[in-house]
Amino acid sequence: MTVMSYLGAIGAAQKEAMLADERVVIIGEDVEANVYGTTGGSGKSRASEGDFLQQFGRNRIRNTPISEEVIVGAAIGAAMTGLRPIVDLSYSSFLYMAMDQFVNQAAKNRYMFGGQASVPVVFRSAMFYGLNTGAHHSDRPYPMFMNVPGLKIVTPAYPSDAKGLLRTAVDSDDPVLIFEACVLWGSKEEVDENEYRIPFGVGRTLRTGTDATIVAVSGAVPEAVAAADALAEEGISVEVFDPRTLVPLDVEGILNAAAKTGRVVVADPAHRTCGAAAEISALVSEHVFDALKAPVRRVTTPDIQIPFSPALEKQLYPNRKSIADAVRASVGARPAGGNGSVSTPGADAEALSTGAAR
Amino acid sequence: MLRIRRFDERASKMVKRGAIPGTVHTSIGQEAQVVGACMALGDSDYMTGNHRSHGHPIGKGAPLGPLMAELVGKSDGVCKGKGGSLHLADFAVGSLGESGIVGGSIPIAVGAGLSSKVLDNGRVALAFFGDGAANQGNLYEGMNMSGVWKLPVIFLCENNQYALSTPAHTVTSGVIADRGAGFGMPGVRVENGQDVLAVYEAVAEAVRRARAGEGPSLVEIVTYRFNEHSEGLRLGVDYRNQDEKAEWVSKDPIVLFREELIRRGVATAEEMDALEADVLREVDEAVAFTDASPFPDPSVAFDDLYTDSKFAVHTYHSSSFGTLENVR
Repeated sequence: MTVMSYLGAIGAAQKEAMLADERVVIIGEDVEANVYGTTGGSGKSRASEGDFLQQFGRNRIRNTPISEEVIVGAAIGAAMTGLRPIVDLSYSSFLYMAMDQFVNQAAKNRYMFGGQASVPVVFRSAMFYGLNTGAHHSDRPYPMFMNVPGLKIVTPAYPSDAKGLLRTAVDSDDPVLIFEACVLWGSKEEVDENEYRIPFGVGRTLRTGTDATIVAVSGAVPEAVAAADALAEEGISVEVFDPRTLVPLDVEGILNAAAKTGRVVVADPAHRTCGAAAEISALVSEHVFDALKAPVRRVTTPDIQIPFSPALEKQLYPNRKSIADAVRASVGARPAGGNGSVSTPGADAEALSTGAAR
Repeated sequence: MLRIRRFDERASKMVKRGAIPGTVHTSIGQEAQVVGACMALGDSDYMTGNHRSHGHPIGKGAPLGPLMAELVGKSDGVCKGKGGSLHLADFAVGSLGESGIVGGSIPIAVGAGLSSKVLDNGRVALAFFGDGAANQGNLYEGMNMSGVWKLPVIFLCENNQYALSTPAHTVTSGVIADRGAGFGMPGVRVENGQDVLAVYEAVAEAVRRARAGEGPSLVEIVTYRFNEHSEGLRLGVDYRNQDEKAEWVSKDPIVLFREELIRRGVATAEEMDALEADVLREVDEAVAFTDASPFPDPSVAFDDLYTDSKFAVHTYHSSSFGTLENVR
């Protein structure tokens, strides 16, 4: 085991995959210079510049023009004809330029050609939300892609997950989109430096509890864990579950965690409407309604473009306080430091407009 | 060329009497540019098509039966009935698939060229697209990337002069072939796209360049479709001048090539007649193959969505999580 950062773990997984299979190539803007820190050295942190380029050469480390549509489309075509590309699309907002290729080619080619093609390609992108990068660089677009059959969607929340899930993604014969939250980049933990893989569709229980369950996604996961720790001090026992992959989704794991406590809060940094939280909430309501003791609550980013000013942006995303408040409301406890008002329709409306918890 | 002509004529009839669901877009009149281009490619070379693409896999040597069965949606169709007319593909002959999205398959051919380059397997990738797709941005992203990486890609514009009803000259600034120069590659325009040998020569030079590591080429072929954009489409608008159409129909590539073969002494008229009879029989057999093939069982609807069928989304839409008891 060795301490790795989230970014370092991604770099380590990429290096493992490049060494293991010469069909693996890395394609993206500025990958030669290691601008985003995942095509460098040792895996412990952002390492020496250009390391991958020296080791693997320009045939396999390919700096692209700023041409997202053909980057994505060419990676698909290359995957259909023998390569296993990893595409670094840097900011996830840039996926929109290539929507046609994601939706009409990556997702559909295998199906509409009757299984003649497989499309073993990994698309990585970082969600820069929470870093004052403004509306064009702060998206969390994974729910859009959950709505496209044929894609696999991965949202690692810890370095160890980032490494193991990326290896599984490279092995996958289907197109995989990995959404990496920049708020997690600096997080560090002990990670196995040997090769390992984490299967898709298998979530992770981070805390066990009996009073309420938080199902958390991506950057909301560490916040949910912090909320659970704070609630434990108040005597509220909280289960925290991270599905880790959204397609395939660990439905059984989610439903078990939900049914266990009967009170469910879903924390998801994506937009509220038709988001990952909406899907998870619907599944819970659909399948384990009888076990529920309270309505399922969502803590999400409200349906709003991301403003630049830190004063405006900071309040929008799920955080440990908003998640904890939602759990308190669910179990009928008073909000910490509040004046005692438990979930009311008015509070709901306020939550929608401010992103604060109910 | 005859295979494509008779196949498409039969498909046109079948659509009109409801034997093919949906719609088809025939290449009738454009066979010379399809075949001239495909003949310049080797068996293991790749190509991608567009919505007017029955001819492309045929030109590359695909058997007609599974293609015809695909148009009808039968289980023995080349895509098992999942694709249909707009999404034919036959990977066995290097046909990586059509795209119903105008220009959508161009980046796929760029990627096939990329894999060829990285794996150093000597294959060439050719993207067929129309004059309409020539105005899609992905073409230029693809030409630029192929140019800087010297990929073995051929961008082949089938300029049949109309994007549905819109004349190319009303939406296209300048000459399409001239756009190659902007990306540092040859841009060749074949004015008589009804001459299969002229097309062959232009594409063969592009293939030679690609194999020699000299990078991509743009080839524009001027041609004409004899039928409507889509079989059965009745716009009630005469957007094509009838004199213009008659002039192009008089330059039927199949008639021209038959005359050329006889003139050169390659074949006699009797031999050509026999060849035509053989092709008609082949089309009849393709229809018989189609008739004998069952429609797919509804249970296979989710097959091939993912390589690992347990990941298909229906696993949680269907049954297994129906009750709390199942969960616990």
